[in-house]
Amino acid sequence: MSLLNVSNIGIRYGRLTAVRNVSFTMAEGEVLFITGPNGAGKSSLLRAIAGVTAPSGGRIDFADHDITGKVPEAIARLGLSMVPEGRDVFGSLSIEENLMVGTGMHAGENGWRARAMAELEAVYATFPILKERRHSQAGLLSGGQQQMLVIGRALMTYPRLIAIDEPSLGLAPNITDQVYERLIALQKERRLTLLIVEQSSTRAMMVGGRMMLMRGGEIVLDGDARALGKSEAIEAAYFGYGEQA
Amino acid sequence: MSALQIMFDALSLGSLYALGALGIALIFGVMRLVNFAHGDVIAFCVFALLWPSVDAIAIVFAGNLPWFLLIPFVLVMGAGLSVLCEFVVFRRFRNTNPATMMIASFALGFVIRYFLLMLFSSRPKSISLLPELSQPVTVLGARIPLLQLITILVTVGVLVGLTVFLRRTRFGLEMRAAAENFTMARMLGVRANRVIMVAFALSGALAGAIALILGSQTGTANIVMGANVMLMAFIATVIGGMGSLAGAVLAGFLLGASATLLQALLPPEARAFRDAFVYGAVILVLIFRPQGILSARGMKERV
Repeated sequence: MSLLNVSNIGIRYGRLTAVRNVSFTMAEGEVLFITGPNGAGKSSLLRAIAGVTAPSGGRIDFADHDITGKVPEAIARLGLSMVPEGRDVFGSLSIEENLMVGTGMHAGENGWRARAMAELEAVYATFPILKERRHSQAGLLSGGQQQMLVIGRALMTYPRLIAIDEPSLGLAPNITDQVYERLIALQKERRLTLLIVEQSSTRAMMVGGRMMLMRGGEIVLDGDARALGKSEAIEAAYFGYGEQA
Repeated sequence: MSALQIMFDALSLGSLYALGALGIALIFGVMRLVNFAHGDVIAFCVFALLWPSVDAIAIVFAGNLPWFLLIPFVLVMGAGLSVLCEFVVFRRFRNTNPATMMIASFALGFVIRYFLLMLFSSRPKSISLLPELSQPVTVLGARIPLLQLITILVTVGVLVGLTVFLRRTRFGLEMRAAAENFTMARMLGVRANRVIMVAFALSGALAGAIALILGSQTGTANIVMGANVMLMAFIATVIGGMGSLAGAVLAGFLLGASATLLQALLPPEARAFRDAFVYGAVILVLIFRPQGILSARGMKERV
């Protein structure tokens, strides 16, 4: 049974069509990269899944619930955690406060406080720098540290799926390596389902897993990232050679 | 007039402006709405104590309650009306731009004001609200009205309470997160409707507190009684840095202090123009610090 099921999603901004007829499914524990050039509709697709943008057509199911057109908080409460492009840390809040914001959705459940504290320690164990600076303002962190903070913040909600938009944006390559290293370790450890959007396909080929390539609002390639990397199809898909030929 | 008396005047007037500015900044923080209906909510709270009548003499309804019932009654009236405004009007404007929301709030303010006009007429009515507060007390050798002292203490209490709520409670944390980046907070499961409703309830209760202070201070109920505080409170939120609660409070106190000081220090013939000096100072602040004294971080797109 698939965890996420996107069928025939279209997204329009006024007259501009950002995404047309996109369908795909994700199984629990899967790692899926969505890559493609600027303006391919990747972020729009992610925002529609998270409930931030309303799709103009189609249907999205998550964890056996129809989430099409649902508000972001309802979708988050079903266990879909979104890490948006540009990270969006709460700059004036402390690091620990940033991590705690999302735990409120489980308030009232049996033992939620103890569970949140245990999760906080687990996040601190994964990202020791966050523990070191737990009381300082999140806005003062470097880009790489902020990226680790928002991944930790997403983990604090005990998500079944984490969707991350361009985790490498604005980070130095070695910092991006560190972020991915932790992310993939976490994925293996917890069997997380990860949906990652990146402009470049290189990272997907390095990490492995499934990759979908979007261009002009449509999925043009879908397959194993490493296998696609070896084929010539990927270059054609990126630059649109096929259409000119 | 002694320096101590001037200080108490400044603090109590500043308290009034600070409470008003907080009520506006709280709502602006979570939904980028400048709520111009706030002043009319203040007036409504005072009239909620009276039976509808167009006579010059007020027919008291709840105004005769003992203080420990009267105060909660007024606060609940303010919170209730404010939440009702959100539910009936502002909810429809959530995704519109701030200018549209502001105009909607103007219109709503007029609706409330004319509703009061219809029931009570525009004639000011004299009321006796918490008369025990008008007795003078002696503090450090200065004789000041008890009401001034209470106003200052209430404001300090509200500030401490609000700070504890925002800093120490889970819901306060969610509100601060929502004020900085509403969409991100929602993606972490923070319920937009609840956060906004609590902001309106708090803001309305603050309007109720102002209504109690103004009512007992002036001894009149007037349908435009909230307008002056609203204007000053709005100015305080702007020069405090839109959306910054601490800035709004600080600027409220600064405005109160400068108005009181000018009143005391200007030569008698210039006192009639006191407000011109106050607004002149406001313009100067805005020229040199257009982002406000304490500018709010993260002015991101809302909802």
